[in-house]
Amino acid sequence: MNPFQNAFHRTRREFLTTTASGLGAMALGSMLTDDGVLRADDAVEAPSAVRQPHLEAPAKACIFIFMAGAPSQLDLFDPKPKLNELDRQKLPKSILEKARFAFIKPDTATLLGSPRKFTKHGECGMEFSDWLPHLGSVADDLLMVRSLHSEEFNHHPGQLMMQCGVSRFGMPTMGSWLNYGLGSESKNLPGYIVLTAGRGSSGGATLYQSGFLPSSYGGVLFRNQGEPVLNLTNPTGLPPELQRAGLDALKTANQRRYQEIHDPEIASRIASYELANRMQTAAPELIDLSQESQETLDMYGVGRPEPKKTWRGSLGHLKTYDTFARNCLLARRMVERGVRFINIIHASWDQHSDLDFNLFHNAECVDQPIAALIRDLKQRGMLDSTMVVWGSEFGRTPLGENRPGRAANTGRDHHPFAYTMLLAGGGLKGGLTYGSTDEIGWHVEENPVHINDLHATMLRQFGLDHLKLTYRFQGRDFRLTDVGGRVVQDWIA
Amino acid sequence: MNRVTLRFWIGVCLAWLGVAGADAAEKDVQFARDIQPLLAKHCLLCHGPDDSEGGLQLHTREGALAELDSGARAIVPGKTDHSELLSRVVSDDPFVRMPPEGEPLSSKEVAVLRAWIENGAAWQVHWAYRPLEKVAPPQVANSQAVRSEIDNFVVAKLEQENIAPSPEADRATLIKRLYYDLIGLPPEPEVVDVFVGDPSEEAYEKLVDRLLASPHFGERWGRHWLDKARYADSDGYEKDNHRPDAWRYRDWVINAINSDLPYDQFTMEQLAGDMLPEATPEQRLATAFHRQTLTNTEGGTDQEQWRVAAVMDRTETVGTVWLGLSVGCARCHTHKYDEISHREYYQLYAYFNNGDEVNTTVPQSSRLDPATVERIAEVRSALDARREELATTINDWLPQLQKQAKAASDAEAAYHPLAVGNIHGPEGVTFTPQEDGSYLVGGANPANAKYTIEATASVEPITGIRVDVLPDDALPAGGPGRAKNGNFVLNEIRLFAAARPKWNAADMRPLVAATADFSQASWPVAGAIDGVEGAGSQGTGWAISPEFGKPHHATFGLDRPLENGETHLQIVLSQTYGGEHTIGRFRVSAVTGKVPGGGLPDDVQQLVLAETRDAAATLRLVRWYQSRDTKSQELENELQSLQPTPSGKSMSVRVIAQRSSKPRSTHILQRGEFTQPLEEVTTGTLATLPPIMARAGKTATDRLDLARWLVDGNNPLVPRVTANHVWKHLFGEGIVPTMNDFGVRGDPPSHPRLLDHLAARLIDDGWSRKALIKYIVMSATYRQSSRHRPELLDVDPTNRLLHRQNRFRVEAEIIRDLSLAAGGLLSPNIGGPSVFPPIPPGVTDLTYNSSFKWNPSQGEDRYRRGMYTYFKRTAPHPNLITFDCPDSNVTNVERDRSNTPIGALVTLNNQSFVEAAQGMAQHVLMQSALTTDDAKLRYALRRCIARVPSDQELADFSKLLNQSRAWYENEPDAASQLIGYRPAKGIAPVENAAWIATLRIMLNLDEFITRE
Repeated sequence: MNPFQNAFHRTRREFLTTTASGLGAMALGSMLTDDGVLRADDAVEAPSAVRQPHLEAPAKACIFIFMAGAPSQLDLFDPKPKLNELDRQKLPKSILEKARFAFIKPDTATLLGSPRKFTKHGECGMEFSDWLPHLGSVADDLLMVRSLHSEEFNHHPGQLMMQCGVSRFGMPTMGSWLNYGLGSESKNLPGYIVLTAGRGSSGGATLYQSGFLPSSYGGVLFRNQGEPVLNLTNPTGLPPELQRAGLDALKTANQRRYQEIHDPEIASRIASYELANRMQTAAPELIDLSQESQETLDMYGVGRPEPKKTWRGSLGHLKTYDTFARNCLLARRMVERGVRFINIIHASWDQHSDLDFNLFHNAECVDQPIAALIRDLKQRGMLDSTMVVWGSEFGRTPLGENRPGRAANTGRDHHPFAYTMLLAGGGLKGGLTYGSTDEIGWHVEENPVHINDLHATMLRQFGLDHLKLTYRFQGRDFRLTDVGGRVVQDWIA
Repeated sequence: MNRVTLRFWIGVCLAWLGVAGADAAEKDVQFARDIQPLLAKHCLLCHGPDDSEGGLQLHTREGALAELDSGARAIVPGKTDHSELLSRVVSDDPFVRMPPEGEPLSSKEVAVLRAWIENGAAWQVHWAYRPLEKVAPPQVANSQAVRSEIDNFVVAKLEQENIAPSPEADRATLIKRLYYDLIGLPPEPEVVDVFVGDPSEEAYEKLVDRLLASPHFGERWGRHWLDKARYADSDGYEKDNHRPDAWRYRDWVINAINSDLPYDQFTMEQLAGDMLPEATPEQRLATAFHRQTLTNTEGGTDQEQWRVAAVMDRTETVGTVWLGLSVGCARCHTHKYDEISHREYYQLYAYFNNGDEVNTTVPQSSRLDPATVERIAEVRSALDARREELATTINDWLPQLQKQAKAASDAEAAYHPLAVGNIHGPEGVTFTPQEDGSYLVGGANPANAKYTIEATASVEPITGIRVDVLPDDALPAGGPGRAKNGNFVLNEIRLFAAARPKWNAADMRPLVAATADFSQASWPVAGAIDGVEGAGSQGTGWAISPEFGKPHHATFGLDRPLENGETHLQIVLSQTYGGEHTIGRFRVSAVTGKVPGGGLPDDVQQLVLAETRDAAATLRLVRWYQSRDTKSQELENELQSLQPTPSGKSMSVRVIAQRSSKPRSTHILQRGEFTQPLEEVTTGTLATLPPIMARAGKTATDRLDLARWLVDGNNPLVPRVTANHVWKHLFGEGIVPTMNDFGVRGDPPSHPRLLDHLAARLIDDGWSRKALIKYIVMSATYRQSSRHRPELLDVDPTNRLLHRQNRFRVEAEIIRDLSLAAGGLLSPNIGGPSVFPPIPPGVTDLTYNSSFKWNPSQGEDRYRRGMYTYFKRTAPHPNLITFDCPDSNVTNVERDRSNTPIGALVTLNNQSFVEAAQGMAQHVLMQSALTTDDAKLRYALRRCIARVPSDQELADFSKLLNQSRAWYENEPDAASQLIGYRPAKGIAPVENAAWIATLRIMLNLDEFITRE
């Protein structure tokens, strides 16, 4: 059995295997030993205990910005003059016959050029469309991969593929794997936090599940309204001092039982309650942005006005512009506090129609905050140890969508064969544009990168060998990269 | 002897022991225990079922001994020098050494391999695929520790390690344990007191019986099954649409578990209920087990892709739930470790490939009102009490039975003609007496007929009735029937007996056994006493084709002899087949002496005549006797009437039905891709398991055959896997710890013989899960204390040897149920549409397009048991998920038991739990008999932890209570806020709030949410 799993296989230390939702392991250990309920040598094996990676590596935390629904790479990152030339013409038969479509009627489908203007940015000359001016301003810190591909054609399976490396249910997500492999460095916060802006995604809660890994590796959802973590606030009418008094009484009672029964799980329960109590203070402190300078808030776009007309991703009351900006800033604050993996989900990129209107607002919503995040991390010297990833489950077709009943081609269909993602920090090269697609953007032409390869390379930057980070379930040693995965050495700085 | 010499001798002895020990270990090499896991760990990935690098396959002996591509042989039995495998695993050359990557084999592993080859390389089938082994339970030295055979197996193993089992847990722990395990609710303090006050064995058994009979048992154990069924109220995937009928299947499960539907039947109805002969609506409903798969209605999907995905899920779920095998691994390629080929996966898949989702109409399940639920429990206790009464008075009734059994087994049967007074038949039918005492039937020849014969017997005691059917030239084809070919069908024979020549319904006497000199295939004589009539093939009964024109006879045994002058008989011969299938000439006689079945069922006769009976045998006897006890019968009748009566309303439910036209062919799919079919396959199972048989008259096997094959008693995996599941719920861990993997990579059972014993017992008890559960909870092993024994940490760190019971946190739903029950808020209602308890704001925003709205239930539905909470797959209730309720997307046979701060926040602050504390304050403060703080605190604590708390414990809570009072004294507004909408009547708000603040902490005690 591999040493990772071994650390928390169901042994006499089982109690620690099930402890503390990626929360301060060291704190747990020391508390229990301080209380004399646990021997010191037992205390190092909490699931959230910081573990040594396989290799030396720069990355310590990951901010994954998940653009669920699939942004159009052809209108944002991958200019295709030839496609513009062929606008409204039929797709070559050679491609048409083999391709699958969701809504497009292939016999009458025609190519759809992009009205966007692309310009080169930074010293590296990375190309962005005119809707992403802020991202362009940090081009030299970005790695643009134009040759991603996937097998999954529908949203939920595709999103599972991106989060889990395989599109089946019941598999752990990236954040779970990273916390499983490395533990958590936060004393008071979960090691895996999920933030959302706008409407819900196709995948819902399955996008941050722990699958067959112990559920303490699942993502904890921080919310945009009410309390940041569910049930964080004391019941109405119950003050902090009585919460403390109650927890003291509880601790005494539980310790009494522990002395009688000697079940270490009781010690673990005591620790969970203490950590919960600490989180009651730490989480509000985390989301309190009053300590941030106005300059920082403005840089991220916190408090920006919402657009007057609502678009597909904004459901009016959800204040998506502001929430997304806050989420990016919160992600930085979480990294500062030792959170291992943050998933910012923004699900409104499925532009089958009205692409120009909706994509513009999506781009405007995310462009400034993400650029600010990268600039901010760099200013604070955190970019090298923090990997930022921007991407989605697949891309969009070069064809216009001529769904029956729709008058005009105003959108694009799903396209898993070639699309673009961005990465930054975590020891990856900045200013690099990697891979290319054919002249209309249908297939990858150069340097294809499968999602399993992306994951293998991400893990590598965290010092984890994707072939060795395994978990035995139903007799098989599973890994994030399923049966594939290849580290893309060219990306590593 | 001086000290140095002593030390020297000890050293010598130890050295000798060490050598002898190693030697013994290697001589005693067992393939299954020592070799197979080693091969699975190091070799099978490249040299197994799926891959044969270098021509070597190590999953069969044949493959292991075969000549390799290189000309060498990996294993030559008895010849270590010639065995390439050995030289490769010990080689220092990295290009030669095996395995090529990872750690080399340890010297111990090499020694074991060497010894095994030396001894002839004996091969054994993997333990889980072998037939069940019936072994006598081992003897143990400490017979005090044994209550049942389970304990023999466990204690014998402990004795090998010189470990004594743990003592029995105290009574309060035992009752709490039984309540949590069997119904998932806390025992009320009054009930605990009664139980603690009666330390008798009978009190324990009575409690077990009562809990097994409780309707809440079906909820508790039904929920275990729903995990396996991946039950949910929505479609899953992006749109995740509402499934308005899903709960109807959930109710089917609860009812099936409550009525202890035998597991074989339970299996067949869920996997193939639609294919059962004369399938009832409920049996069709049961197939919704496999309708629980996800449905993808995302725009632009290829529906065939998701249909295939659902069929794969059905295939793999059967593998996990019934076989304990990860057949899913063979979806893309032959299994790397277990013998499941890529082809076999699609053979299994083929069983489900033509089962489509359709709608069917079933009666709505109606909800029981709490008063009825209560009455059911009362009647069940009365039945238990009656059984105990019968058990204590066994000496009053047994001699009579013994007399009967002895008479029946001794006396040869004799037949006595009856003096017939009257015979009636349908209009126009005539009965002409013959010289041999028989009657020839003539006149009209209706399609159906009922003959009623009134007669008097001249002998006593009558043990049965004989019917002769005779040929006659006057009959078509010579008879004995009046159908054109001479056949007849006797659908049912009924006997009434009285001391006067007048009969009413109460005079009916059960005929319990039947034999005939000849029965037509599919029309066995037993069909004439099964209570089923019916027209044509709808009915059952006795017929004699093709033996026409000959005399035949059938004998029907009474369940007890007719005595006390009950010589006036009325015999009804009911013939409902149609087409003139009536009897043409017949004679009825009374039987004395031995009749089929001896008047008593065979097993009962044995029990009655046995010289000694153990407790279990006595119980079986009492149970049987109770089944014919009038008083019990009345109670049973009442129980029947208390079951929910069909509301008369029906509803549409989505289920599985076999595709009737254009059946699909099944192809192996390359890498599991639905777009890449390879060659066609037909239905079939795994070669490594016993063969599957098609039903009579069919060539290919189908889904119903598959279901039967699982539970026909020959399949060794199903009873083992099932017994392991039951065990797991009663001990927290399985005998096989890898619940979902009985394959070669899974952990072997800690007590293989015990597992087989339980598996065999399950089959022997007619697949009754209640019987198995009872058998286990009656054992001393189950009743052990769960207190940890630190001195055994090194010998048995994970309690694999069961030196104590396990202690574990209860499931998500049960945590809330316990709190609501302690708070007096829990609704006892069973079944019905799913409910919407409070949910924190924002949770459902994350659904697709934020489309789902959760309107919290009001009134009682707010406090239904957790299992009734609406389950939205993409936005499940966070209280459930936080405590590891499975996500329902795939089958789950083992829940995690996390212990996290997020969970702590739920029980501390979540609205449902705060309301439970408010309810508990109302309940406790209104107990007028409790006048002091201590009395109230003690009562409240006992509602949570059952046992009587110590003074010290009371003092701690008393301190918290006073702290709370002091605080609320100055904050009356906060007090009102905490009380919310649940004030305790007549109690000052400050006092009320202080109690809520205190009781809330009790609901968080580890001991409360832990099954100890």
